[in-house]
Amino acid sequence: MKALILTVAIITCLGLVLAVVLYLVAKKFRVEEDPRIDEVEKVMPGANCGGCGYAGCRAFAESAVKADNLDSHFCPVGGNDVMAKVAGILGFEVKAKAPAVAVVRCNGTCANRPRVNEYDGIASCKVKASLYSGDTACAFGCLGCGDCVAACQFGALSMDPETGLPVVDEEKCTACGACAKACPKAIIELRPKGPRGMRVYVSCVNKDKGPAAKKACAAACIGCGICARTCTHEAIVLENNVAYIDPAKCKLCRECEAMCPTGAIHGINFLKPLDKEAVKARIQARKEKKEEK
Amino acid sequence: MARRTFSIGGVHPHDSKISRECPIEPLPIPPVVYISVSQHIGAPAVPVVAPGDKVKVGQVVAEPGGFVSAFIHSSVSGTVKSVGPRKDLAGNNQTHIEIAVEGDEWLETIDRSETLVTDIPDDNKAILDKIRLGGIVGLGGATFPTHVKLSPPPGSKCERLIINGCECEPYLTSDFRTLLEKGEQVVVGAAILKQVLGDVPCTIAIEENKPEAIAHIKEVIAILSAASPKFAGMEVLPLRKRYPQGGEKQLIDAVMHRQVGSGALPISVGAVVQNVATSLAVYDAVLKGKPIIDNSVTVTGECFLHQANLLVRVGTPLQFILDYLGGIPEDAAKVISGGPMMGRAVANLDAATLKGTGALLLLTEKQTRRRPETNCIRCGKCADACPMGLEPFLLQKLSRLGDVEALEENAAQDCIECGCCLYSCPAGIPLLDIIRTGKGAALAAIRARNVKK
Repeated sequence: MKALILTVAIITCLGLVLAVVLYLVAKKFRVEEDPRIDEVEKVMPGANCGGCGYAGCRAFAESAVKADNLDSHFCPVGGNDVMAKVAGILGFEVKAKAPAVAVVRCNGTCANRPRVNEYDGIASCKVKASLYSGDTACAFGCLGCGDCVAACQFGALSMDPETGLPVVDEEKCTACGACAKACPKAIIELRPKGPRGMRVYVSCVNKDKGPAAKKACAAACIGCGICARTCTHEAIVLENNVAYIDPAKCKLCRECEAMCPTGAIHGINFLKPLDKEAVKARIQARKEKKEEK
Repeated sequence: MARRTFSIGGVHPHDSKISRECPIEPLPIPPVVYISVSQHIGAPAVPVVAPGDKVKVGQVVAEPGGFVSAFIHSSVSGTVKSVGPRKDLAGNNQTHIEIAVEGDEWLETIDRSETLVTDIPDDNKAILDKIRLGGIVGLGGATFPTHVKLSPPPGSKCERLIINGCECEPYLTSDFRTLLEKGEQVVVGAAILKQVLGDVPCTIAIEENKPEAIAHIKEVIAILSAASPKFAGMEVLPLRKRYPQGGEKQLIDAVMHRQVGSGALPISVGAVVQNVATSLAVYDAVLKGKPIIDNSVTVTGECFLHQANLLVRVGTPLQFILDYLGGIPEDAAKVISGGPMMGRAVANLDAATLKGTGALLLLTEKQTRRRPETNCIRCGKCADACPMGLEPFLLQKLSRLGDVEALEENAAQDCIECGCCLYSCPAGIPLLDIIRTGKGAALAAIRARNVKK
């Protein structure tokens, strides 16, 4: 019995002494941390996706607290709401950014782009791209192994078995950019979502000259420049035999889409389907009017 | 005789040298050639001809685009049709010079006679210049510009020249035929290289599965060294058959028992390695005035009736070569440029040969079928087989995870892509395919860091 009491007493005393030591040490070597880091981290989405360019939400918060302004910090997942909260905590002003979405710029479906050889290696775009240009005659298009799907942490991408191309679920896409980084062919672009999701873009990145591009894929941009000549807003630039629509300048008139001879320009989320003939007639009438003048 | 070979890893694939009895025969000149401006490691060459220009065989059509780059010469005579992008062997766009063939008119400065010249000039600088102007690159596969390799950085000293006649890749026989048919020229070329490097001793390493070549080269050296002191200090070293003995670092280990460190060049242990075909090209450039305009290509495969070793003009479309030999057999599933271990499947038969194209191999569906991939069973066979002493099972995992830092720590950048790991894996894991992406990432990280410094 005596031994028992002695044991309890010694352990208790030891505990008390060590507690005091621990308290003093903690006090002495305390690391001062900005309490705002925790606050900022709390309002972050917590996905740790790395879309902002930092290792995770904590790293983003640490960097944001130290920064002079929030120009180089943006959480694509949380968007403007989260950034407004972060700015509130840190006392900065932040400009609202247009929400973006991942856009797959390839329309080389199985029907449009015939396979010219058979790939029997492992299902990884990265490996496939390190070996050769791909199993179609287009050296720029989607390789179809789904590296982007594997990279997406939000389940926003899936492969369409019919076309062999990835499909973006706009509701789920947070525009973190992981898919764009994973794509060895740099096909995926983050574009502003546009009003009610409406946007017009060139769904092709083929830099080959017209005949070669057309031979490889029926829906390729052949670099003919009709779209650039048609556009009245100077939104389209033609470079390296491929057109690019600047989302900042595009007014969504869809004239380029109607004029594109290969259907490489896509307009999506519009309420009405495009009446190509009507748009063409409108362009023709405008041309005639111009000539009259 | 001690049966020497390298000390780490390696595998023993069947050597399948079925075209070994076929003498090198010249392929007829195709109607059109497509000469790529990127036939070597380093900066692509810059075209100096325009459509409509008349060119002769041996005329410069592209000049080096940097220090590590090479001259490119016309392999035919005719008219330049176009200079522009065209798909290469892998299907990617590359600038090619298209030349329509008219006759076969050579530059007057090229000595086309068969007489053997053994008179090596004394001026090393002039020799180096001729090698540079001849567009000579390493023809063993890496196509590294030879004049760069022969100009060791200050402070390093070459102690031995090794001529690589291993030809350890299965199926390939062009180096073997070159040794048999052009042995004298190869030895003279080696003597030139040896003199440029400062009269170092020279070892011609040949694997034991080529006894005829070993005997022939020994004889040639005996005759030549009796005639001139310039051929002293040359020897033939038979090596035990083992893949990848022809790898530069493996060969140095086998011949000199020295290990080249991670990221270091062979010159750091006093060695310079040149291929047999490169040696022949040096002889041609220095003593005959002939730049690289053709190279010998082995065309082989069990499914192929007409095995051949052909002397092919640079820029010949692959389809033309295969048609000459009777077309592609029905049961052929893949055409591979190079050997079965390191070669790559050709995506596009309209593509043209390069200086470094050593072989076309046709394999059947059965021969190229991949084993289904199963989980790694941690047997360690890949680590045993790796001639660089790496751990492929670990590197493939890191490559899949994309952990660049760990890849670099585990020396993924030292991978020589020989394929021994993949060959030995019982689980059918495509180790090399995956590690290659990790190696690329590690090299890119190292380059980025060096640029910052």
